[in-house]
Amino acid sequence: MILRPSTPQEVQEIVRTHNKLLPRGGGTKTRLSTPRAGQTALDLSGLSGVLEYDPGEYVFVAQAGTRLSEVAAMLAQNGQYLPFDPPFVEAGATLGGTVATGLSGPMRQRYGGVRDFILGVRFVDGEGNLVRGGGKVVKNAAGFDLPKLMAGSLGRLGVLVEVAFKVFPFPRATATLKVTFGSLERALEALYQLSTSVLEFYALDLETDPATLTLRIGGLPETLPARLDRLRQFLGNPPEHTLLLEGEAERGYWAFVNKLEVNSANADTRCEHGSLVKVPIQPSKIPALEAALGPGMRRYLAAGNLLYLNWLDPIPRLDALLRSQGLSGLVLRGSAEPVHGDTLESPLIGVDLSQTFGARVRAALDPSGRFSSYP
Amino acid sequence: MSLALEGKASFLSELAQVFPKDRLLEQAAQLTPYESDALTAFRAKPLAVVLPETAEEVIAAVRLCAKHRVPFVARGSGTSLSGGSLPIDGGLLIGLNRMNRLLRLDPKERVAVVQPGFINLNVTKAAEPYGLYYAPDPSSQPVSTIGGNLAFNSGGAHCLKYGMTSNHVLGLKAVLPSGEVVELGGESLEAVGPDWLGLFVGSEGLLGIALEITLRLLPKPERYHTVLAAYDSLERAGDAVAAVVASGLLPGALEIMDSLAIEAAEAAVHAGYPREARALLIVELEGEALEVEAEAGELARVIEDSGAYEVRIAQSAEERLKIWKGRKAAFSAVGRLSPDYIVQDGVVPRSKLGQALSEIEGLSERYGLRVANVFHAGDGNLHPLVLYDGKKPGELERAEELAGEILRLCIRLGGSITGEHGVGMEKRQYLGEMFGAGDLEAMKRIRLAVDPDELSNRGKMFPGGDAPALKLRGAHPLEQAGVISRE
Repeated sequence: MILRPSTPQEVQEIVRTHNKLLPRGGGTKTRLSTPRAGQTALDLSGLSGVLEYDPGEYVFVAQAGTRLSEVAAMLAQNGQYLPFDPPFVEAGATLGGTVATGLSGPMRQRYGGVRDFILGVRFVDGEGNLVRGGGKVVKNAAGFDLPKLMAGSLGRLGVLVEVAFKVFPFPRATATLKVTFGSLERALEALYQLSTSVLEFYALDLETDPATLTLRIGGLPETLPARLDRLRQFLGNPPEHTLLLEGEAERGYWAFVNKLEVNSANADTRCEHGSLVKVPIQPSKIPALEAALGPGMRRYLAAGNLLYLNWLDPIPRLDALLRSQGLSGLVLRGSAEPVHGDTLESPLIGVDLSQTFGARVRAALDPSGRFSSYP
Repeated sequence: MSLALEGKASFLSELAQVFPKDRLLEQAAQLTPYESDALTAFRAKPLAVVLPETAEEVIAAVRLCAKHRVPFVARGSGTSLSGGSLPIDGGLLIGLNRMNRLLRLDPKERVAVVQPGFINLNVTKAAEPYGLYYAPDPSSQPVSTIGGNLAFNSGGAHCLKYGMTSNHVLGLKAVLPSGEVVELGGESLEAVGPDWLGLFVGSEGLLGIALEITLRLLPKPERYHTVLAAYDSLERAGDAVAAVVASGLLPGALEIMDSLAIEAAEAAVHAGYPREARALLIVELEGEALEVEAEAGELARVIEDSGAYEVRIAQSAEERLKIWKGRKAAFSAVGRLSPDYIVQDGVVPRSKLGQALSEIEGLSERYGLRVANVFHAGDGNLHPLVLYDGKKPGELERAEELAGEILRLCIRLGGSITGEHGVGMEKRQYLGEMFGAGDLEAMKRIRLAVDPDELSNRGKMFPGGDAPALKLRGAHPLEQAGVISRE
């Protein structure tokens, strides 16, 4: 059964009269949006549309079911963008789903992730109350920071119905330089040097096979050539192993990266036989993780802080592997996604982050456990 | 709230087993310096003050408070402008200034791990040799602590571009009011699962005390380009801000001062501002040298078109600091124009700045009190200073009422009652005007789930509860000495 409310009040009514609800937006993160046994899907796509947008404020307010593609198009008309660069824009991901899963993309490198740009929320808690937190101005310290709390909450603390975001002007021109290194060690060393330098990047990604840094810079068009020269010099003028992307080709390249399909060496194998897992990390932990994962193509975003891992084996194996590395993960998509599976494993794997503090906050917002159907 | 005599004696004797005499203060004379923070209109007398030097001692103190149900307040340098670190009558004050160690600095991973009593500016000082810095820069940064910054999600002049304290805290270890110790966040910029850390930061000390804090460091910008523009009206300066924003430039800071603030700043630090200006705009670009140089040309065109009658560009690091010195000193300098003042920090949408300022002017006339304006125009964060003379009967009350009207104005225009100072003791009654009863009820449920006895910083942020007596105290001694300023 799928319920599709079209107003916040209908969401409240549904929450009051149903148990084991699974809120979902565009359904692009299938592992998180596919109901399990006993769960009822609560489809938020009926709560769609931008409510307020004044480009001069760098702020917009929209219903949670609004698609990212709609927002991106609206912002682009005014030379603005979502600086945290959420994935799955073309696939139909929504603002609410992006917040609830806490996903950001390569350009989070420049100004921060989804938690850094969410300003306000309205959500329906586990008792059916409509709750507002934060605001719609870019600076606000009043009350508990419920908007941040909702980032990554997986619909387990409440059903998002409205979100407010800070946005920024998109650089007037961008260019992307891909530089290939002889080894992962050398690429990592360059990553460290770049990320602590005065050079500013919109994206700073590390790919492992072959070891490559993908560097996106942006700014006024007249300065880009000189800045690219400087970047090449900084890297010791690497000879032929560089590729410069500009214009349409560059934008197309990043639109492709946004699909998060590039981790698979063979695109045919991506979703049918594997899982897509978000793994927060830091550069110092990459060598050990790479050694544990073995050969394969991985792409680490934001100067080695974020990996979207394509994993071909069973999830319990990855769970153990991440634990051994002191890492945690969130399964976004997986081949084994039974519509009526009998197991209710958590999509959160690796190091267990559930704890005293979280359990109490969850009990405060969802005392009857309407949203929490896995441990 | 005070303990029964017997309970009080046993609480204090158990504290004495943890803290030596010189770090457990009980005598009236020892307690006096802790009776208020930078919101000097309020004061309260704690039962005792402890000065822990280790996380274990903080945990022990909190556990004793939990056992005896004694409310407690954690305090850093006491620079809170909202009364956030005001003690509780008969409660324990936990002074964290001695928890001031840098535990780790990793320049490659760009993180620093500090104790809560570590001073904000010292993070940048420690990071500077590696070309890094800590971005949040509240004006109190030479004295305020990271623990206090974290509790109140402090801001500064660069929030539009880089966010507030919350955007720069990666992880923390904290003791909950129950005495349990938890770890939130980590060292990565990313995380999975609900952002418990994001909830804890800015919770005004209501959810526990941070013991170890992991901060994110940024590479220091290569170049700054600081422009000072003088206007013959506040409105023109406001329009200039809109024009800068519309141009697509993203300055690190956009600040405005009105004539009263200019007068005060000039009298105090001789920043060399054009004294006759009705409004001054400070715009600062920062970033890679090549980019900033090109953007400077663009900015010059925008400023020229905005009707500025005088434009100065800082030609050296010294000139840049001089421009900022006047701006940062403006608040304490207002003390030269008036014996007393109240500072507010409401926020309005940037497009409503002009309307907000003209309504504040109207309120100023109606109440017969002068209001000076210094504000972070880039993020709409107002800092109206309501000048009054506390020796004149009724003037403090009138000033309070006027300040309240300004907060209501901010709410009406779609903004917030506080951009960076927090609600604390001062703005409790207005939180209920900004949020609905259901919103506050949800926040209260979270508070009670974590702290059922409301021991941690009891009486702050939420409307209602016992308020200590309002008393006229004058400026904070540190402020009189020009070390800190209220903004």
